[in-house]
Amino acid sequence: MTIITHFERAALPHPDTAKGTFWAAVGAEWVKLRSVKSTVWSLLVTVVITVGLGALLCAAIVARWDHLDPFERLTFDATARSLSGIFLAQLAIGVLGVLVIGSEYTTGSIRTTFAAIPRRRTVIAAKAAVLAAVSLVVGLIGCFTAFGIGQVILQGKHVGVSLGDPRVLRAVVGGAIYLTAVAVIGFSMATVLRRTPGALAALFAVVLVLPILSNALPSPWDNNVSKLLPATAGESLFSTRAAGDILTTGHAIIVLAVWVVVTFTAAMIAVGRRDA
Amino acid sequence: MIKAQGLTKRYGSTIAVDHLDFEVQPGVVTGFLGPNGAGKTTTMRLILGLDSPTSGTVTVNGRLYADVPYPLHEVGALLDAKALHPSRSAYNHLLSLAKSSRISRARVDVVLDLVGLSDVAGRPAGKFSLGMGQRLGIAAALLGDPPILMFDEPVNGLDPEGILWIRTLLKSLAMEGRTIFLSSHLMSEMAQTADQLIVVGRGRLIAADSVANVIGSGQGTVRVETPRLDDLAQVLRNAGGIITLLHNALEVSGLESKTIGELALEHHIVLHELVRQRESLEDAYFRLTEASVDFHGSNTLVSGDPQ
Repeated sequence: MTIITHFERAALPHPDTAKGTFWAAVGAEWVKLRSVKSTVWSLLVTVVITVGLGALLCAAIVARWDHLDPFERLTFDATARSLSGIFLAQLAIGVLGVLVIGSEYTTGSIRTTFAAIPRRRTVIAAKAAVLAAVSLVVGLIGCFTAFGIGQVILQGKHVGVSLGDPRVLRAVVGGAIYLTAVAVIGFSMATVLRRTPGALAALFAVVLVLPILSNALPSPWDNNVSKLLPATAGESLFSTRAAGDILTTGHAIIVLAVWVVVTFTAAMIAVGRRDA
Repeated sequence: MIKAQGLTKRYGSTIAVDHLDFEVQPGVVTGFLGPNGAGKTTTMRLILGLDSPTSGTVTVNGRLYADVPYPLHEVGALLDAKALHPSRSAYNHLLSLAKSSRISRARVDVVLDLVGLSDVAGRPAGKFSLGMGQRLGIAAALLGDPPILMFDEPVNGLDPEGILWIRTLLKSLAMEGRTIFLSSHLMSEMAQTADQLIVVGRGRLIAADSVANVIGSGQGTVRVETPRLDDLAQVLRNAGGIITLLHNALEVSGLESKTIGELALEHHIVLHELVRQRESLEDAYFRLTEASVDFHGSNTLVSGDPQ
């Protein structure tokens, strides 16, 4: 019997470049993201909460409008009011960010993923890119819809604003950017921790618990600490006034960017060093 | 070809793989044998670059796995059939792998058909039986039509029909000139599937040879039946044989059957049976790994049954 020791196969269809593997990984991650129900649910819940809770809070203020004192009416931010569903919706999109990588570690499929693409940082970058793109699109849909419906409700007391008014468009887009940032921060935390529950706890602590704790600090520490938190930055981004008058839009973007960059860098370092 | 040189992996103070040197040749099925905890799975993880070696190297066709562009075209592996998202359909699981390696959608259909999962490809992979999961893992390994295939315990959980199917598939893949490397603790399976063997114990290489040579390296025993068991045992012991007293027979090692027959004639002992017993792969395996079994019950070696 002759033993054939050379296996003939077709040449690889694509040259191997870093760019080539990145786009291949993006294609794979897009298939993964759209092919599990939890993704669809997280995204749907994000939109429903942003729109639904925003509408509810707008209706509530309209009902109380005649009883508000002049100061409250003067400082009323119609844009921020219609977008305030984001406070809750950020949890849904944050869960998606955590699950995108957390489920790979929980199920062990990360090993299948890394066997197909041994360049782990390429995998993490591709996952983050797909997650960010999807979160931004869904965030924009949610924020624009919430804004539109909210303003119709607020117009009942003639306090609605339009997208053409100063800083309004920026605030609506800012809301979507904040949701995207929360998703990526959650993703990065889950990559470092490799555990879904731990990462959810860490993310919720940062976006929910820390703002409450910082408010409990004595002045001026409350504002000083609060300024550094992503939630404060987010609030500033989707308001037409500086949130609590402590962060300008420019500073808010910097704070949020630092959170995203630091956590994502930690994820990239962690993933390259460990056994999968 | 897979080549390991001084391959070592430590986890803290435990040494999982200890200076392994071996080559897995193309065109044949190479079996990777060893008791539980011998380092088989760790070795395979090191080959795939999932873990990094503490020292030494392992290469696939001359390159580190991590340096291979789109490695699914080079190495197809099934390590853990459950390493997938349970709610993703089998089709989408394969499609995501195909996308990651620039493999066409058409190929996904081909491999699904090859493993007989076309009809259930839309179902969540987590709902699959063990055997179906194993087939899906094999489909994933074949996706890139790779020259090297590596399977960790591929027949685990398969019914006899599935085992026959895998055995035939592996042989035909090897005959196409591919490198086939499979681990198993099922010695009987290895005897029927593998051409070459790499035997490990406690992370160390015990033997790397053809199946025939591994079996042939043992001396084997001779089974003798006689009404005068005690007398014959005494005679054979005096001649240097090592005797195991069975219920109504002797098992003799260290003496040829010819010598035993002649000694019996000389002492006028009548023989009812004189059978040379060829060592099975099972026996050879236990002989080789006896010293390196981490945990075994007191009767493991007597029962001769690895299960």
